[in-house]
Formats: sequence, structure tokens, C-alpha cells
Amino acid sequence: MAVSATYLGMPLEINDLDLENLAYFKYCAAHDFHLQRCDSCGLLRYPPTTGCPFCGHAKSTWTRVEGKGAVHSYSEVHHAIQPAFKQFTPYLILLVDLDTQKGKPTEHHALRVVGNLAMPDGKLAPLDMVKRVGIGSRMRMVFADVAPGLSIPHWTIDEAAQQPAKPWRYPE
Amino acid sequence: MPLPADVDTTSPKYLRDKYAIVGVGETTYTRGSGITTRALGTWAVRNAIADAGLKPSDIDGMLSYQSGDSTFGPFIAGDLGIRLNFYMDVFGGGSSTEALCGMAIGLIEAGMCKTVVIFRAMNGFSQVRIGGTGARAAAPVQGDMLHGRAYGWQSAGQMFSLSFMRHMHDYGTTPAQVAAVKAIHSEHAGNNPKAYYKERVTVEDVLNSRMICKPLHLLDCCVETDNGTAIIITSADRAKDCKHTPVLIRGVVGRCNKPRMDMHYQCGPISTVAGHYAKDILWPNAGVGPEDVDITGSYDAFTFTTMLQLEDYGFCKKGEGGYYVSDGTMRLGGRRPNNTSGGHLCEGYTHGVNMVVENVRQLRHDVDDSCPIGPDGKRQHTYDYRPGGCRQVKNVEVSANLGWAMPGTGSAMVMRRGA
Repeated sequence: MAVSATYLGMPLEINDLDLENLAYFKYCAAHDFHLQRCDSCGLLRYPPTTGCPFCGHAKSTWTRVEGKGAVHSYSEVHHAIQPAFKQFTPYLILLVDLDTQKGKPTEHHALRVVGNLAMPDGKLAPLDMVKRVGIGSRMRMVFADVAPGLSIPHWTIDEAAQQPAKPWRYPE
Repeated sequence: MPLPADVDTTSPKYLRDKYAIVGVGETTYTRGSGITTRALGTWAVRNAIADAGLKPSDIDGMLSYQSGDSTFGPFIAGDLGIRLNFYMDVFGGGSSTEALCGMAIGLIEAGMCKTVVIFRAMNGFSQVRIGGTGARAAAPVQGDMLHGRAYGWQSAGQMFSLSFMRHMHDYGTTPAQVAAVKAIHSEHAGNNPKAYYKERVTVEDVLNSRMICKPLHLLDCCVETDNGTAIIITSADRAKDCKHTPVLIRGVVGRCNKPRMDMHYQCGPISTVAGHYAKDILWPNAGVGPEDVDITGSYDAFTFTTMLQLEDYGFCKKGEGGYYVSDGTMRLGGRRPNNTSGGHLCEGYTHGVNMVVENVRQLRHDVDDSCPIGPDGKRQHTYDYRPGGCRQVKNVEVSANLGWAMPGTGSAMVMRRGA
């Protein structure tokens, strides 16, 4: 069923035709991250697609994936475009390599999942937390609950993991 | 520099030198044009027709690109009394210019029309802002945008920064090296009476400007302006009847991509851009290589885009882009000047057309700087590149334009001076 909600001042919509996003965000709403696994080649993919980006096969199966990984790259936004993000500046946009399927099918591939740096409850992170994260930081997935059938996956520092001594950050 | 002796310039392979750019035109670059994109487009096309020495009735093909922010070709044609045998308005921003030049060649080669004008008209400051604010920011977030804009990941700078940061991480590229792109382009703009920003800035000015999204300071980002720009392409044979020395198209690559164009960050290295793939089409098509190129037009939506493309098209070794853009090579008077008009960072934002326009004028040996006009009606270029002076590069024979849509998509075109 279609989802319509407001998140950080933005109207979010998933219409009835968008079967892939309906399924993706429904799993997120259950805080149970799933990706599509190709029924032919067996590779997972992100974000949701209507065919396999590795082999073109049409059919796939939603598969539980562990939301853990390391920051591959990031940006720290100081000038927000959307008004509701201004209160959270600087905020981080993270590209996180999942541990699952990293380096497959080639060394250049990873499931690189986007998210903001967030608190465990899914709210965007404060400055002291922003300053701790860089390329290489170990992250775990958290969710911002928006509406029934729609939670947004984000990343928070994986306090249980061994962190790199000095994650790479933009030189200050 | 002259073409290598072993290049077979008589061969029709890849349609080398068979088509020419014969006319270029633009409006003024402003923030607040006070007129419609229809009026801007008409103005630019009219100027390009006059520049070519043609009549409106000589134009029978029209191509344009836009992203829901401009006027379609038929209205521009109507306002100039042109009856078209072909037109198409495509969806696209950066990297469309070179791609459409290639398409124009295909159209003429297919016999669908004879002379094509390509235009881009936009009120990129006063109507639909390129930075993504205003109307664009207010639209509902759905489909693939749920995985982008929902994260405050929307503007071009925000979208591309992950590539830029990773390049710094992978190769040690520094903010100061990349800031040199803006400093150099501002020197060029100072010698361009048309440029929106003519004032010179230094590397320190860039680094001291406020942070937009790391690694981009305000002055790492291009200007948003209102303008129309146009290019006219016809066969090299017909070009002989036009007003200026024809500028021949050597080779084109259009909208070439990295893998996974739906979400290119899925396949790395993410510090490599589409030019890595495009170069293997561009240089064989053109029959020249980076070393043969005298001037470049590497798209400067951001300082980093210029750097990444020059590197991936092979103007320097992978990872050495930071050195290339800061060692003086691409300054006027250097070995291979880039964006001598000031480009998007300083002249005006056109989604790529102005960089082709500039290189056409350079290849004519007739850029519109402040040098005096002689008795023959031509500018007497001094090659004195001090502020307010000349910006003509000496003896330019070959140029390369490197167009950028995003890290995963790019186009390019090599041009040469005709006879």
C-alpha cells in the first residue's frame, strides 16, 4: 500500500506501483534490513532495482543483510539545501561498505549504503559525534521511524567494534 | 601544436574533420536576466547565426537540452522564422554539449538535415536554481530519490563530494592544489569582458571562503547565472562558405558512463570518473592524444571536476591531478591552458556550452578579449596575459573539451583549427 509521510520537512511518497521501494522500506520499518538477492547469480544489490545489475535477471528474493560496515567516503554538509536540515549542520552523508559481499563480484565492488550519521534512535548526530567519524570508521545501521511502512536507514558509530586508530578526515 | 605527421587526415574513419563548428553565440551572463528562457535562447541562436555569416533560413536542424527549466526548440525556431527539418529537445545538463555535437554530426550524416544549431537557455539564477534550492527542493521525494534526497543528499556538490573526498584520501590531493583551479580560472576571467566574475581570487581566498559541504568551499563551486548559448554545426564543405576559419570536429564521445549508472558508487574506484572509460573512445576517434592538445575545456562545475577529468582523460598520471592543476600548466601562458574564458567558476554557468564556444574562438585565433582591433577588423593579440589584457593562446591548433554530468557520466570532444 502506498506510503505518504513527512520527514524533516520533506514530503516522502512511495506509490502503489513502486513495489521495490515498498518492500525495501517495509523491512526497514521493522528494523530488519533486507536487500534483493538475484535468483540467478546470487548477488545482492543496493539500492532496490527491477533487475539484477550484475546479470540482468528479473527475479530476486528479499534477503536479510547485516547492517554493519566501514565508511568508504563521506561529505560533511555545512550549507544545507533543505530547510529542516539546517538545524543539524554540519551533518554527515556517509557511504558505507557493507561487510556482506565486500569485494564481490570484483575488488572494486561493495554494497555501498548511504545514510546520515545518526544517533542510535535515528536522529541526526550532534557535532561531537560528527567529529569522530571518517573514512574507515566502523558503523552499524539504525533507523529513523517515519510512518507505518517507512523507516529511513542511517548509520551510527559501532561502539562495540574496534575502530581505526585515526579514521581519515578532511584536513582541518 | 601541429598534428602528428602519421595521422591520416584524409581518412573518413570516425568522420574525423568532416564536420565543423561555424557559428557560436551567447547572451550576456547575468544574475537576473529579466527575460524568459525563450528570449534568451532566441538571442543566443540569433547571435550564433550572425557569427557564422548565415541567414536563419540556412538552419534546418535544432537540438537543445534542459531539465524542465527551459523553452523547447520550436519556439526559438518560430521566433527566428526558421522552418526545421529536424529538432529534438533532450533531457540533460552537463556533458550534453559535446554529446549533442556528436548527435548533430549523425543527423547530418544520415541526411536528416544540413545545418544544426544547438542551444541551451536557462535562468539558472533567477528561475530554476542549479544549486537545487527553491522549486527543486520543494518537490516530493519519491522513487530513487528516497535513497538520496531523504538524506539531505541533493545538490550537485553534495552528490559529487563523496568522489572528491575519496580522491583526497586515495591520493593525498590537497584543498590548496584544487583551489588553484579557481584561482587560475579567475585570472582568465579577468581578461574576458563577458565574464560574470572578473575579479581575481587567490588560493587563500578559496580556502578562506565558507565551507559548503566538505571538501567544497564556496569558491570551489561555480556561479549560478542566467544565459543563453548556441553553437552551429554543418559539414566541412559548407563551412568554407561561412564567415570564420572553420573549426573541425576531430572526435566525440558522448555520455559515456561508469558501471551502475543508477548508483555509480556501487562500483569503484569512486575516485575515478567516467573519463577513464571515455578516453578510450575519444582519443582513437580523434587520432590524437593528450600530448597533442594545446588547450582544454575541462568542465568546472567545481574545482574538483576539472581536476578529476584532466587526470582520467590522461593529461597526467592517475592520482597526480592535484599537481597538474596547480603547477601552472593550465594557466594562460602555461603549456596547456584550461577554460580560458573563466569557465563555469567565473564566466557563467551554461551546462558546458560556453567552454566549447571559448575553444572555438581560440581555434579561430580570435578570442574576444580587450586587445585592440586592427585595420583588417581583427584583434591584434598581444599575448600579454596581465590583468585586463590578452587571453588568446598562441598558435592553438587542437583543443579538447571534457564535459561532466556527474562522476559516473561524461562527454568529450576534440576540435582542430581548419583551413
